[in-house]
Amino acid sequence: MTRNNALMDAIFRNVTRFFAFGVFSLLAAILVSLLIGSSLSIEKFGAAFLWNDNWDPVQEDFGALVPIYGTLVTSAIAMAIAIPVSFGIALFLTELSPPWLRRPLGTAIEMLAAIPSIIYGMWGLFVFAPLFQEHVQPLLIDSLGELPGIGALFQGPPMGIGMLTAGIILAVMVIPFITAVMRDVFDLVPPLLKESAYGLGATTWEVTWRVVLPYTKVGVIGGVMLGLGRALGETMAITFVIGNAHRLSASLLAPGNSIASALANEFTEAVGDLYTSALIELGLILFLITTVVLACSKLLLMQLAKQEGART
Amino acid sequence: MIRSLQRSLAAAAVCAFATVPALAADITGAGATFPYPIYAKWAAAYHVLTGAKMNYQSIGSGGGIKQITAKTVDFGASDMPLGAEDLAKHGLLQFPAIMGGVVPVFHLKGLKSGELKFTGALLADIYLGKVKKWNDAAIAAVNPGVKLPSSTITVVHRSDGSGTTFLWTNYLSKASADWKTTVGEGTSVKWPAGVGGKGNEGVASYVQKINGALGYVEYAYAKQNKLAAGQMRNLAGKFVSPDDKSFKAAAAGAQWSKTPGMGVILTEQPGDGSWPVTGASFILIHKVQEKPEAGREVLRFFDWAFANGQKMADELDYVPMPEAVVKVIQSEWKQVKDASGKPVY
Repeated sequence: MTRNNALMDAIFRNVTRFFAFGVFSLLAAILVSLLIGSSLSIEKFGAAFLWNDNWDPVQEDFGALVPIYGTLVTSAIAMAIAIPVSFGIALFLTELSPPWLRRPLGTAIEMLAAIPSIIYGMWGLFVFAPLFQEHVQPLLIDSLGELPGIGALFQGPPMGIGMLTAGIILAVMVIPFITAVMRDVFDLVPPLLKESAYGLGATTWEVTWRVVLPYTKVGVIGGVMLGLGRALGETMAITFVIGNAHRLSASLLAPGNSIASALANEFTEAVGDLYTSALIELGLILFLITTVVLACSKLLLMQLAKQEGART
Repeated sequence: MIRSLQRSLAAAAVCAFATVPALAADITGAGATFPYPIYAKWAAAYHVLTGAKMNYQSIGSGGGIKQITAKTVDFGASDMPLGAEDLAKHGLLQFPAIMGGVVPVFHLKGLKSGELKFTGALLADIYLGKVKKWNDAAIAAVNPGVKLPSSTITVVHRSDGSGTTFLWTNYLSKASADWKTTVGEGTSVKWPAGVGGKGNEGVASYVQKINGALGYVEYAYAKQNKLAAGQMRNLAGKFVSPDDKSFKAAAAGAQWSKTPGMGVILTEQPGDGSWPVTGASFILIHKVQEKPEAGREVLRFFDWAFANGQKMADELDYVPMPEAVVKVIQSEWKQVKDASGKPVY
């Protein structure tokens, strides 16, 4: 009987280990096939692929600068909007909201996360972009566009679509993810800690900033990274509203392109080996960007953990 | 009456053939997205009639060419004709199956369909970003008496590779030397200006949303979305409106049998009534059939479609191949043979 159990244990252990290592081999397989697929383009363009802003299928001259720039800028806009908003929502839900409101609000946020991205894209194009074009963009162009320096970010004709619109739509999409994580980790803060702080006369803001956030920073950063990961790889919604133009422009109102959106647009009809290869190399770059972002967040967490050790 | 007779005859034929299993062979095709609706409609009607299934995957022209050269499908479909060299290299026969037109569409308050006129050179200058405002002298010159607003032109193009783009850029290359040298032609090009929409529907919705937009779409999309379409000046110097008449006129004068692989690109065709940006979508099939039944079934399907599919094509705003062209196509089919060199159909 015990021998039988031991055998079962061994089988179970090996099966689960097999699954776990399956992830590794899958990741390695993806990386290898991306490398093989893009070898033609890597050979032809070398490292210059990264800073060439040309994307000319007719002359077969490809560079990734425009899509890389678009991916990073739209994600940055999204995070700049989503982090404070999510923080506010999570804080309200855990600290300030009357108890009867918590559940419906929380459910509403979770439902936002369940909406397919193409719906956000269509909403962005059909509802948001026309409103943005008519009411917000002219305002931005007339006010911020006139300023020296940052004015360059808000110039050009109002088209409704463009990098800023894409960033805002992305923000709406990642807010539920970041909020859900933040709310869950805020809930984990022991009431004892918070109540002690309140007992010492701290305001809600002080409790949040001095007690809740330090206690939950690992989870909060995790949530932000989850959102950033989604923003970097988002495809359909971006394709609808970014404008899909392979052109580098300083203005955030101008159309641009992102890596994922370029892939979705051009892969099906890419004629010629070099064109396909260049697109696969774009995929490889996105893969690397995501890896770097994850690695950076890990490093950040380790740094934070070290500081903690120093303080106590 | 005649139709019901035809139908019962067809039904009788189906019953007679039903005992021969080889005839119900399913065929698969893959390629261009532009003709997908009509191929699917033909396939459904053909299935009801004969019981044979035709599966068409609209994966794009590039994908279609890849699949047929790899022999994973029975036929491929491409909006851009392959050259004689490529056809010979892969041992493929090419023939046109359906036609359509590409039309310039605009969104300007107060201007309706047909109220704006374009020339090829003007469209090239707009797409190059040289003509930036709607009240530019170049636009006013071909539109005397039309009140043009001072708004910016937002150029809309396709963001995905497409046969529509190929026709459009091919036409612009013919109309403007400047376009030919700086941009050129292809299923996707480096656009000097504007925003990109995914698919015909993407371009159509951008044009609908952006005041001052100018784009190009397949005729069917312009019609279904009620977009304002412009008139265009053709090779004969006449301004024509886009409709099935002007598309057919463009196809009528083409030299189908003299062009290798029947790969006629119907842009800038002669004739007073010809629409300048017309194009056919092509079918690719191996000349030597490893599975003669499949090859025979493909040709039988298109034979049936040429004879009976015209009304369905009209309903979906495609232009069916003219009868004279169908005759040429049918004689070309003799080149499709089995391994022993016997024509399969």
